[in-house]
Amino acid sequence: MSSETKEAIYKPIVDNNPITLQVLGICSALAVTTSMKTAFVMCLAVISVTALSNLSVSIIRNHVPSSVRIIIQMTIIASLVIVVDQVLKAYAYETSKALSVFVGLIITNCIVMGRAEAYAMKNGPFHSFMDGIGNGLGYSAVLMIVAFIRELFGTGKLFGIQVFSLTKDGGWYEPNGMMLLAPSAFFIIGLLIWAVRSWKAEQVEKRDFEIYSLHRSEAH
Amino acid sequence: MPEEDQKSDNQTKQGGFLGRLLSMPNDSIVKTVFMTVMVCLVCAIVVATAAVALKEKQEINKLVDVRKNILQVAGLDDDSMSMEDRFALIDTKIVDLETGEYVDELDVDTFDQRVAAKDPEQSVELSDDEDIAGIGRRANYAKVYLVKDDSDQVNKVILPVHGYGLWSTLYGFISLETDLSTIYRVIFYEHGETPGLGGEVDNPNWRAVWNGKQLFDENGEYNFHLVKGSVNPANAQADYQVDGLAGATLTTNGVSNLFKYWLTDQGFGPYIDKLRTSQG
Repeated sequence: MSSETKEAIYKPIVDNNPITLQVLGICSALAVTTSMKTAFVMCLAVISVTALSNLSVSIIRNHVPSSVRIIIQMTIIASLVIVVDQVLKAYAYETSKALSVFVGLIITNCIVMGRAEAYAMKNGPFHSFMDGIGNGLGYSAVLMIVAFIRELFGTGKLFGIQVFSLTKDGGWYEPNGMMLLAPSAFFIIGLLIWAVRSWKAEQVEKRDFEIYSLHRSEAH
Repeated sequence: MPEEDQKSDNQTKQGGFLGRLLSMPNDSIVKTVFMTVMVCLVCAIVVATAAVALKEKQEINKLVDVRKNILQVAGLDDDSMSMEDRFALIDTKIVDLETGEYVDELDVDTFDQRVAAKDPEQSVELSDDEDIAGIGRRANYAKVYLVKDDSDQVNKVILPVHGYGLWSTLYGFISLETDLSTIYRVIFYEHGETPGLGGEVDNPNWRAVWNGKQLFDENGEYNFHLVKGSVNPANAQADYQVDGLAGATLTTNGVSNLFKYWLTDQGFGPYIDKLRTSQG
């Protein structure tokens, strides 16, 4: 793999993560992370949609009229999402029921559209495809971490297998119900962004404005 | 990638109608129209192919899913037996909703209540007053499931129900004990309500509340409904009430109405009466 390809894949995972740095795709990250199984299927769906939409947009990029480029990207993305939804209904019916509307909502996931517009319109098909996989993986990494924490502490399970024995079954762990509610995902993602930015200080954004404390003599 | 750009430039310089179209400036009207039509066409073909190719598999999944739900509502959710073996304990019959009699002419495997409800010859249109469940038309026949115990005695009756919630029609099953008034279980296997609010009709904890509730009072009058908030156990009516779903008043009303519709005269009322008299 050339260094450029590697960069297209690895960079979005930590250095340019769509969720923690670009803060895109938060909505679905809240909704599907109550269990690792649904989060995993969602990740596969998002990876395939970002990769294939980047690929197709990149192939036709030199012939897309700029006045209709967004709607052309949307058409491609929407079609891919429908195909993914149909495949899930055929091969993973239970999980597709659990994911309900959120597979369809990949269409509105800012990551997919953002990468098509920002990367695939300017780069060749191969690198765009890799960039799509990379961004999908970046999204997946965050989703899986959040789902891991939520499922483990919310139900004491991982991938549906009991890890902590619950008090109601005579064990020691009292499940934290808040973990299963949407706000907990906000807290976890917030803490995650904090952790990543303490580790990679260059991700911290510059302040828009600075608050100075004035000396009494300066104020009028 | 400069070399790739050149490649696509070379392609566009090739002759022919397509080449000429592609070599037009991107923002010309003809090319804009051409590109949009082409993209739509290709996408339509891809989507249609996927939908048609996977349809059969999806239908099978749906059937299996309905069966799983029937088994669950029947209390046969023990995985140690195969689905076929467990399903063999269930007797499927078709009932004429008008008379409450079993019908033998129709094939239980091919009869589809949803298809029948759309066919003017196999269904009746409901007036606004009658149609509290918001279903528009009601099929003349319905499939019911009789669950037998080991000694071949019917011990539960499963009735299909459906009705409109907030966004969608909810499809479900209710299973009744042999007194035909006590609810054993209830399940909704298809709906499009808001996840987390109305979608909580799937929640096993909420469904567990239904167990043991009564549909009919001592005089045989339908008395069951969902209440806002939670049921006060001290209330004399508590046996006839189930907690509403928090934050989903319209779904709750929909569920309340659809059970009222299906378990009274318009729905399975005559059938339930028949079963009662046959029991003596």
